[in-house]
Amino acid sequence: MTLKKLLVAAALAASPVLLIAQGRGLDPAKLLKPLTDEWPTYSGDYSAKRYSLLTQITRLNVKHLTLAWTVRLTGASVSGPGGDVGGGRGGASPNFIVGGEGTGEYPGGGPPTIKASALMVDGTIYLTAPDNAWAIDARDGRVLWHYFWKSRGGTHIATRGFGMWKDYLYMETPDNYLVSLEARTGKERWHKVISDFSQQYFSTAAPLVIGNHVIAGTGNDLDMPGFLQSFDPESGELQWKLYTVPMNPGDPGIETWPNVDAARHGGAQPWLPGAYDPQTNLYIFGTGNPTPAYTPGRGDESMDNLFTGSLIAVNVDTGKMAWYYQTAPHDMHDWDSAQTPVLVDGMFKGRMRKLVMTAARNGYFFVLDRVTGEHLLTSKYGSATNWVKNLDEKGRPKRNVEKDPTVGGSIVSPSAGGTVNWEPPAFSPDTGLFYVSEDNVYSIFYLLDTDPRGSMGLGGKLETRAGNGGSFLTALDYRTGKAAWRYKYEGGAGGGGGVLATAGKVVFAGDGAGNIVAHDAYTGKALWHSKIGGVTNPPQTYLLDGRQYLLVATNDQLWAFVMY
Amino acid sequence: MPNRLLAIALAGLTVVATHVAAQGTSPQTPLPQTPAPQTPPPDRPQTPEPAGRGGRGRGGQMATFPAQQRPPGDPELVAKGKQLFTTNCVACHGADLRGGVTGGPNLLRSAVVLMDQHGELILPIVHGARAERGMPPLPLPDPDVVAIAEYIHSVVSTARGQGAPPESDTPPPNALVGDAKAGEAYFTANCSKCHSATGDLAGIGSRIDEAKNLQNDWVVGGGATGRGGRGAARGSNDRRTVTATVTMANGEKIQGQVARLDNFFITLLLDDGRLARFGVKATSPTSRSRIRWNSTKSCPAS
Repeated sequence: MTLKKLLVAAALAASPVLLIAQGRGLDPAKLLKPLTDEWPTYSGDYSAKRYSLLTQITRLNVKHLTLAWTVRLTGASVSGPGGDVGGGRGGASPNFIVGGEGTGEYPGGGPPTIKASALMVDGTIYLTAPDNAWAIDARDGRVLWHYFWKSRGGTHIATRGFGMWKDYLYMETPDNYLVSLEARTGKERWHKVISDFSQQYFSTAAPLVIGNHVIAGTGNDLDMPGFLQSFDPESGELQWKLYTVPMNPGDPGIETWPNVDAARHGGAQPWLPGAYDPQTNLYIFGTGNPTPAYTPGRGDESMDNLFTGSLIAVNVDTGKMAWYYQTAPHDMHDWDSAQTPVLVDGMFKGRMRKLVMTAARNGYFFVLDRVTGEHLLTSKYGSATNWVKNLDEKGRPKRNVEKDPTVGGSIVSPSAGGTVNWEPPAFSPDTGLFYVSEDNVYSIFYLLDTDPRGSMGLGGKLETRAGNGGSFLTALDYRTGKAAWRYKYEGGAGGGGGVLATAGKVVFAGDGAGNIVAHDAYTGKALWHSKIGGVTNPPQTYLLDGRQYLLVATNDQLWAFVMY
Repeated sequence: MPNRLLAIALAGLTVVATHVAAQGTSPQTPLPQTPAPQTPPPDRPQTPEPAGRGGRGRGGQMATFPAQQRPPGDPELVAKGKQLFTTNCVACHGADLRGGVTGGPNLLRSAVVLMDQHGELILPIVHGARAERGMPPLPLPDPDVVAIAEYIHSVVSTARGQGAPPESDTPPPNALVGDAKAGEAYFTANCSKCHSATGDLAGIGSRIDEAKNLQNDWVVGGGATGRGGRGAARGSNDRRTVTATVTMANGEKIQGQVARLDNFFITLLLDDGRLARFGVKATSPTSRSRIRWNSTKSCPAS
């Protein structure tokens, strides 16, 4: 063999390794396809079903699922990366990249909590936690690079993950930057301010890449107006901005507020990613609660406070609202409707329909026509939910005002934390069931601030836990709104990070008691579990080297299970 | 491992026969602890925490937002500003800056105030930039406006977390708003078999100072107030000790405090301090709870 041939042979042998290390990037067309081997966007695909077509893991064999690797991630600080410990130890140190406009003193390192959905593209996992991001080898958990953002501050409650376009990644930071990284190296391309830090915005959403748009929501607890923005994926330039409350006299919805000042301080933050329908070019997302959250100050009962607590459909090219539907008119309990909605094509009352469905934090489940916003169904899915007087002619739950926070105290379920909070649901086309975490805490809500001007933000109330009606994984039949089954998590405390459904007819969720659990998608029967600690992010799945993996996080630790 | 059928009986609670796969009692190091599910808190903590001021918040950590991160202003300037604010601004913006009876906006959540550094954004408005929106021009010299701005910033810096306003001097309203006669009638009908105001409950009004706390004790069974939501509230006020009896298939009964419980295992703290763990055979869900934790007639100790 000549030297040249030897070199060629060596190059061939090494090529798979090069593929792993460098990646081919993400073909944007892949985002339009159903979820299979990779996980290229927050919800897996645009429909947000969190339903994977992978079938290696089934109801029959899931009990043989075994741990492939685990990695404990370390929050970086100004002094260094901290040292991520995991599989593949002994390899080269990961690249450490530092960005950011602050001093990095806030919050000062410490273990990160992973609530994000990971992306898995071309054998590499891309994951975020506040001020930190990692690329991780999906085969063995080795950290390839670690990006650290020196923060100015801001509410460090979560980040939901990356968006991806070709070779580029996008994430939001708690101090309100959209940061774009090179996927291969973690090197920063640019960062842009997306909302004003001094007005106390904080940004946690996962950006969603749609065509040549990066859709980014933001958040705020201080009575500031919510808005959704679209940015150019190449340059980061702003393309459009849609306010979710009326900002000026004459704006649509202004009549649902006592005055313009109240509307401009009305909240409606879109702090979770939405779903996208390519056929109508509509991005459908939920908005947060009105502010002040618990007290007077937003007009009387008749004032709906649009467009808080709503599903909104926006044209992604123009940024114009196509329709809205309010799932929580004049909310008084901090019950967001920001939850990621799910798009389903399915039969409804004898007709094939293009549907959108959502389980809101207030304990109610809604099905709409996603083309027109026409209301089709409302049902109560929170077993203990007790705050509604009636459904109005549009199917919207109207409050029993005695369940508002009161001076003497009102016993209400759910708690302010909600029947579900941010944890994404899943939908299986096989079963026609919508899977959602259901939590039934009772709280006593006391009104502390009776000032007719209203309090501010989340101030003015005191909440005491009064009991628990149980935590469940609940499977809703979208055609009736009724639960096909409820699986009670003994010792569970709600949350569980969200739900994953697969074509193997298995549904995965955290039980809120330290287990990741696999359920029969038809019956809810628990088929497998592993006590890995409290699950903090949504379970995900991918196919690599011909094997199906289950990926899930517990605080700072990432776990990959595999079917051999 | 033998696959025997067991039944778990929860003392003081209604029993529903439950299929359990025994994994044997495996005494471990005594480690008494209450059930502590490891779940993240909900994403919106429900009780505003102080945001800190003067650049440093609680525990020496950097404050969250710029309004609280900024260093305190010159006290003399702030005092002068307060005086000027009281004379010129209170009628419209309120003594607490949260807006006034004549409709002036809340300054604590004003974008102009929050974006202003040292009066540069506030000054033009004081001098008439928003006259058409109802803010009359005030003939104040620039240094006075700067002093007012410093005062406003000093108040904003005391705002609490999650958008809550500064602590108020006004005490919260008294929660004692119910109908005492109706309460007495209810007590007589429902509580007086076990309790009496001259017996076990004598002096309870002085032991528990606030009506809210008394009510919380009543409804919840005691515990701290002020925490809510899914994560924060969970278990923080569970005074009761839950005991259970595991009945083995051969009839042997093992009793203890429930240390941990999920759908797959129950761990009991035995009288001798050991922990015993039993596997629970997973079953299909029903619309009802698999293990029913029915309340009993017994009343919590006061």
